[in-house]
Amino acid sequence: MLYRENGQFKGSYRADQQIFPILQDRWMIALLLVVAIAVVPLVASEYMLRAIVVPFLILSLAAIGLNILVGYCGQISLGAGAFMAIGAYAAYNFHIRVDGMPLIASLLLGGFCATAVGILFGIPSLRIRGLYLAVATLAAQFFTDWAFLRIKWFTNNSASGSVSLPDLYVFGLPISTPAQKYLFCLAFAAVFALLAKNLVRAHIGRQWMAMRDMDVAAAVIGIRPVYAKLSAFAVSSFIIGVAGALWGFVYLGSWEPSAFSIDRSFQLLFMIIIGGLGSIMGSFFGAAFIVVLPIALDSLLPDLGGLFGVAVSTATVSHVVLMIYGALIVFFLIVEPHGLARLWSIGKEKLRLWPFPH
Amino acid sequence: MKSRSLITAGIVAASLAGVSGAALAQAKEQFIPVLSYRTGAYAPNGVPWANGYVDYFKYVNAKGGLNGVKILFEECETGYQTDKGVECYERLKGKHGGASLFEPLSTGITFALTDKAFNDKIPIMTTGYGRADSADGGVFKWNFPLLGTYWTAADTLVQYIGQKEGGLAKLKGKKITLAYADHPYGKEPIPYLTEASKMHGFELQLLPITMPGIEQKSVWLQIRQSRPDYVFLWGWGVMNSTALKEAVATGFPREKMYGVWWASAEPDVKDVGEAAKGYNGLTLQHGAEPNAKIIKDVLATVHDKGQGTGPRAEVGSVLYVRGMISAMLATEGIKRAQERFGKGKVVTSEQVRWGLENLALDQKKLDALGFAGVMRPVSTSCADHRGDSWSRIHTWDGSKWNFTSDWLQPDEAVIKPMVKASADRYAAEKKLQRRTPADCQS
Repeated sequence: MLYRENGQFKGSYRADQQIFPILQDRWMIALLLVVAIAVVPLVASEYMLRAIVVPFLILSLAAIGLNILVGYCGQISLGAGAFMAIGAYAAYNFHIRVDGMPLIASLLLGGFCATAVGILFGIPSLRIRGLYLAVATLAAQFFTDWAFLRIKWFTNNSASGSVSLPDLYVFGLPISTPAQKYLFCLAFAAVFALLAKNLVRAHIGRQWMAMRDMDVAAAVIGIRPVYAKLSAFAVSSFIIGVAGALWGFVYLGSWEPSAFSIDRSFQLLFMIIIGGLGSIMGSFFGAAFIVVLPIALDSLLPDLGGLFGVAVSTATVSHVVLMIYGALIVFFLIVEPHGLARLWSIGKEKLRLWPFPH
Repeated sequence: MKSRSLITAGIVAASLAGVSGAALAQAKEQFIPVLSYRTGAYAPNGVPWANGYVDYFKYVNAKGGLNGVKILFEECETGYQTDKGVECYERLKGKHGGASLFEPLSTGITFALTDKAFNDKIPIMTTGYGRADSADGGVFKWNFPLLGTYWTAADTLVQYIGQKEGGLAKLKGKKITLAYADHPYGKEPIPYLTEASKMHGFELQLLPITMPGIEQKSVWLQIRQSRPDYVFLWGWGVMNSTALKEAVATGFPREKMYGVWWASAEPDVKDVGEAAKGYNGLTLQHGAEPNAKIIKDVLATVHDKGQGTGPRAEVGSVLYVRGMISAMLATEGIKRAQERFGKGKVVTSEQVRWGLENLALDQKKLDALGFAGVMRPVSTSCADHRGDSWSRIHTWDGSKWNFTSDWLQPDEAVIKPMVKASADRYAAEKKLQRRTPADCQS
């Protein structure tokens, strides 16, 4: 009734090709942005911003990057954590070694370094695919783990291998309060999501999807596999690299290589599988599921136990959280193997017919 | 539809519970957050520590609190993971009127929280771990690596084996291997040992072990190949018992192995049992103290009333006592702050910082607290946030730990300049100014 595009006529190709062709969607997104920019920083508590929303935004960004490679181009990668690490350490070195380096420039340069390494580790994808490629990208993970643990130069000769940063400023404004950090990350997530969405809608994204669906057929119709696969590796590692830099700079503030371990790669892969492969929206859903759910369960369970007069110890809570969390992953994958993004679009389809379904 | 409404009801009920819980919190309580790990690969070591920490608060509360102020504590499970630890910190720091202090029990988390502490103005206590250079209170205003750091530990060990060899000069040409957890914790002693190897002329071999350290065959093959005179073990959790098993397998004498205080507790050697006989550990002041007065008091006031957190058998074990000492230092810091800012009042985290900075635990106070024989007097100052670092060596006899050395102390002449240089480097990196004498009074 409310959500129906009847009467919205497109008069030009431009209007027909918008990201959100339906007026209601555009309003929703505008409203969402207004809420995210103006309302959330005022309403959300410090804990909410620092411990939940900021990691959610940064990991969403990383998930978008991985989704381009895995979801759109079909190249399974287990090296996401490695590219995050490269982004973070490269950005750190640019920031600390070059005097007066602007923060945004450091972050983007970190992303470019990740791009370079990403292309390098993408080269095997020209010959191998599927699970074999996944194992090859695993090499990136082990290589970076080794490099950042052993090569002292990357960590500025820090004794413990843990690096930390001075206070952050953007155009003279400090990035220190939770709200500032949140807005900074929000800006990155929004701009990169928009860029990614436009990339995957354009000819380059169509090339990626053609490679994903059947690479031989794609080559036959004139798509160069080298170009398509390596560009996917490049774009994906760039976004993941920037996300890694943000994770280190804004969220952690000081970190050691274990912040970007193989667990992080798996976490990102789960995000896009649960959220929806080949969907920008799905990356956000997946990140929300993986980041927010354990924390929410973690803080709700003791209260829930208190309700029934049961004192729940922290050990029990963290075991139960893992169990519920695992069960939910299995549940969602059975109910909708295409991820939360697919559930979302089914919901929208139903809403269109509501309240008069066939 | 039914399941959905059930879930909704659950969420509503849970949030209501949260609201009422907050409303019930009373004003006259000093809140101490507890970051612990009772799950994961490090749980065998994390659990006794956490039980000791929490039991001591229960004991203090049963005895009437801190001059009448009850301690309120809440646990948060970190799993020894830095990002989870940061989340726990953010969750707990503002609760119940604000956290008095944090004890992260992980060097990795300590690194992450050190930067936050400057802004949040909450002291970070790291009893026997954390960053060694944070002993310099002139730069690290909010860090308290009380009782000892990894640099003092490494120095004490070097002094001790020097003594055994018949003088530090005899170390020349010897070979010492550091088998360490590849983690900020394990890397902390490296700068000191590198320096010491140059000073005394021994050869230092560094062998990193990837956490959690279940797989370390290659490391021990290297040790067998290079035949070091001594092995220093800087492991945590399951890594230690695995290392001992591998030492048995490769035939490296356990008598030549020295563990830091986190590598010399019951969980590390219990599984190896008789085979670990002769393995030495450096203690952080105390060892296993089943006969101390405080242990008997805790058993009587907490465990006999059915309030004990863990099994009764572990009370008095090495890590349990360490948890208890950490808790005691925290409460003594708060009591010291009360002396200045008002007895029987709830003190703020900034006032607690002053208390920790001016700790003066003399023998009389320790005796009164029941810690006689468990630890030696400790006092801190504005410049020295670590306090006196006393250790002993204890040796596993196959079933229990026995002290095999007298009290030892590190050589401050070596440690002090290193700490200052490292702290200055940190200050320069962070663009911090050293604290002025006036700031010390605040």
